[in-house]
Amino acid sequence: MEYLIGIQGPDFVLVAADNVAVSSFLQLKKDDDKMFKLSEKILLLCVGEAGDTVQFAEYIQKNVQLYKMRNGYELSPAAAANFTRKNLAEYLRSRTPYHVNMLLAGYDDTDGPGLYYMDHLSSLVKAPFAAHGYGAFLTLSILDRYYKPGLPGEFRLICSDCHCCFCLHQLNRRFILNLPSFTVRLIDKEGIHDLEKLSPTK
Amino acid sequence: MALEDVCKSRSRAKPASLLDFDVPVAECLQENPPRSGTPQNPLPFEMSHGTTTLAFTFQGGVLAAGDTRSSCSGRVSCPDAEKVKPIHSHLVATSSGTSADCTLWKRILARELRLYQLRHGRRVSTGGAAKLLWHMLLPFKGTKLCVATTLCGWDESGPAIFYVHSDGRRLRGTLFSVGSGSPYAYAVLDQAVESGMTAEEATRVAREAVYRATHRDAYSGNCVDIYLVTSTGWTRREREDLKEEYYRERKNRQGGTV
Repeated sequence: MEYLIGIQGPDFVLVAADNVAVSSFLQLKKDDDKMFKLSEKILLLCVGEAGDTVQFAEYIQKNVQLYKMRNGYELSPAAAANFTRKNLAEYLRSRTPYHVNMLLAGYDDTDGPGLYYMDHLSSLVKAPFAAHGYGAFLTLSILDRYYKPGLPGEFRLICSDCHCCFCLHQLNRRFILNLPSFTVRLIDKEGIHDLEKLSPTK
Repeated sequence: MALEDVCKSRSRAKPASLLDFDVPVAECLQENPPRSGTPQNPLPFEMSHGTTTLAFTFQGGVLAAGDTRSSCSGRVSCPDAEKVKPIHSHLVATSSGTSADCTLWKRILARELRLYQLRHGRRVSTGGAAKLLWHMLLPFKGTKLCVATTLCGWDESGPAIFYVHSDGRRLRGTLFSVGSGSPYAYAVLDQAVESGMTAEEATRVAREAVYRATHRDAYSGNCVDIYLVTSTGWTRREREDLKEEYYRERKNRQGGTV
């Protein structure tokens, strides 16, 4: 039902998530933000079971901030992703596993941008582009077809031309559920930027 | 001090921290894990969650409304239940789910908020109260405990509504309806609620929404309770029997074209 997408460029990562909070067949909220800011240059996008998402994401968020307070420097995106995966794996075979699917997007000053895909079985992989949800079935082939590693930097300004928007338009065309708007954020060496909310119409 | 003994507050060797919330129930869960309501030991009958409750914010504050029918496996067990109850002077909570669970957890929440107020001299914000309730319900996720409540309050930052569900969900919003009658109520509210409404208009819309839901939903009915929360506190509208409204509307319809 929910949808997450992330695309890594040469010096940025672009991420988008839908805005709907659902309970059985009802939309409870149309402006739900599924992104959690772990640090100045790391975002965690989290979808899955109702209470688990916020509970797990806030737990990771507070621990990453605690690390910075204790040690004086921030965790890198790779370290944060592995920390998240380790926690998920520990809870997986306990009485209270967390059923969450995540994307972690970050910019490291030495290694550059990174996008990490994690699922509820605590698999972790660094990928150039990734998506979660039923919408992923509809949009991954678009990204397979059009993605090239050296995406031009200017496109980030013209969001209507970017691959993210091809994908969101495709969702609008073929997905049975109505996802009226998406939060879009971009992470580069300057930090996290909020882009305009996308409402793809037919 | 007598109150301290009653509250069994821990020794004050360290200053009372902001996080001094007593949550005894999590420990008792470890000693007595839930024995009924599991697949191995199913409940004798399915508890149904028949209710229509709603809450929305507008320029005049927060309005919370609910019906008064308490149902139990297809029967009306109580026609004058109280689904909307004040927690403190500036916080009102609607309840949906299992009535026993809701009553208990509202009392526990009221106790913890009152203790915080006594210890620190100020009230917890609506969001803070919602977070506290969410935190206290977390150990029960996956059990048959069912509490779906909207906390409607006025704090320093103005009016706020938080929806808290025992499955772990906590959402802030401007309009929520909870229960089996909620889709019918949403249909009326989505069309009629505007932020610029007056209190009279808001009361009329809320009453209409509950009325339409009680008409269509078998598990909602009897009377409607409406509470309005403003900066000076909550006020309650007198409980109204919706049966009168039903007959009035039927008579008007028959008076015109059938």
